[in-house]
Amino acid sequence: MVGVVAEVPFPPDVGEFFPEPVVHGWAPWLTKFPFLVWLAVAIVILFFLIAYRSPKLVPTRTQWIAESIYGFVRKGIAEDVIGPEGVRFAPYLASLFCFILVTNMFGLVPGIQMSPNAHIAFPAILALLSWVLYNYVGVREHGLLKYLKLSVVPPAPWYMLWLLVPIEIFTTLLMRPFTLALRLFANMFAGHMILVVFTLGGFVLANADSVLIRPISLLSWAMAIAMTGLELLVAVLQAYVFTLLTASYVSGSLSTEH
Amino acid sequence: MFFLAEETEHNPILPIWQEVVVGFVAFGLLLFVLGKYVWPRMEQTFAARVDAIEGGLKRAEIRQTEANQLLERYRQQLAEARTEAARIRDEARADAAGIREEMLTRAREENDRVVAAGRESLAAEREMITRQLRVDLGTLAVDLAGRIVGESLADEARQRGTIERFLAELDRNGGAPVASAGGRR
Repeated sequence: MVGVVAEVPFPPDVGEFFPEPVVHGWAPWLTKFPFLVWLAVAIVILFFLIAYRSPKLVPTRTQWIAESIYGFVRKGIAEDVIGPEGVRFAPYLASLFCFILVTNMFGLVPGIQMSPNAHIAFPAILALLSWVLYNYVGVREHGLLKYLKLSVVPPAPWYMLWLLVPIEIFTTLLMRPFTLALRLFANMFAGHMILVVFTLGGFVLANADSVLIRPISLLSWAMAIAMTGLELLVAVLQAYVFTLLTASYVSGSLSTEH
Repeated sequence: MFFLAEETEHNPILPIWQEVVVGFVAFGLLLFVLGKYVWPRMEQTFAARVDAIEGGLKRAEIRQTEANQLLERYRQQLAEARTEAARIRDEARADAAGIREEMLTRAREENDRVVAAGRESLAAEREMITRQLRVDLGTLAVDLAGRIVGESLADEARQRGTIERFLAELDRNGGAPVASAGGRR
């Protein structure tokens, strides 16, 4: 079988997400992922420090962009979901949003095309921090016992509580961080996998034995491009959803109703 | 099972602990730097902006109110001053009328006094002159008569009663015989 284009390994597998370490044979965990995380942190920090090095009442263009990002999270998420007191959570939520947005975007940047969030470790950290935050806020607001009561005891007839309380404990206290982390991780993982499948699939189709099948590779690549557009939407949307849900959990912890 | 066996090293839903550490430190740094140097300054800028807009409006409003109060006060003072001026003018007018009246009265009194004094002194003078004239007239008449009749009459005439009687008679007759005395009147 002689291919018209380069031979590629197909189908792609999980190994796609576990590239060679930077130094061959040493520290197998030290792949491009940790570097991408640091790169994202550096980009976000530098952007905001430079954009806000000398803030003016009448903002410059860069300052305006930086303020718009913070203002969007502050007004559109913190205030709208939590209420006026939510402003004090805006710094955490905005940092979270920016970090997830940039790391998600790495999945689309040519030459990188891999989001660190496709490794469960990073979404897990973020989800864990959000979990700690909303529980801490709840305990601080109501006290430990009252917070637990508010979180896990639904307003239901007493004879149903034996069934409902374990469910509530499971969903409110245990499942939330997992769902947060898995949602982000799975979106990034699957998104990358889809792009890989369509791109590599194009190569495989182009190398097909039957001449009739080969043109379909163009369709496959077109799909890859279309999916890249979709991935852009997903990247922004997942950053927004993660931040929004964190705000929603904090709001739930602060409220006096179940 | 083949798949799982092959990928035991790369299970995608098990976190790599080194990455957890890296992510924790990196995101912590991000939270710290942004939370310390960026977000608070943005809040400051937002607050300053709100203050610049709303505060400016509020300050303008306060100044407007103050200006209105001041204007009102000045108007009130002006009205008071006008009332005061009118009052003073009325008083002055009343005073002037009083003073004029008083001066007129005083002048009239003075006039009357002067006239009365003049009349008095005139009467006194006339009295004195009349008396003088009577004496002179008596003496002259006696002298004249003495010269005519002789000196015999002089002794008798010394008794003033005769002359007095004569003069009284003259007065009673309206002074006609004494033309000079009547002409002086």
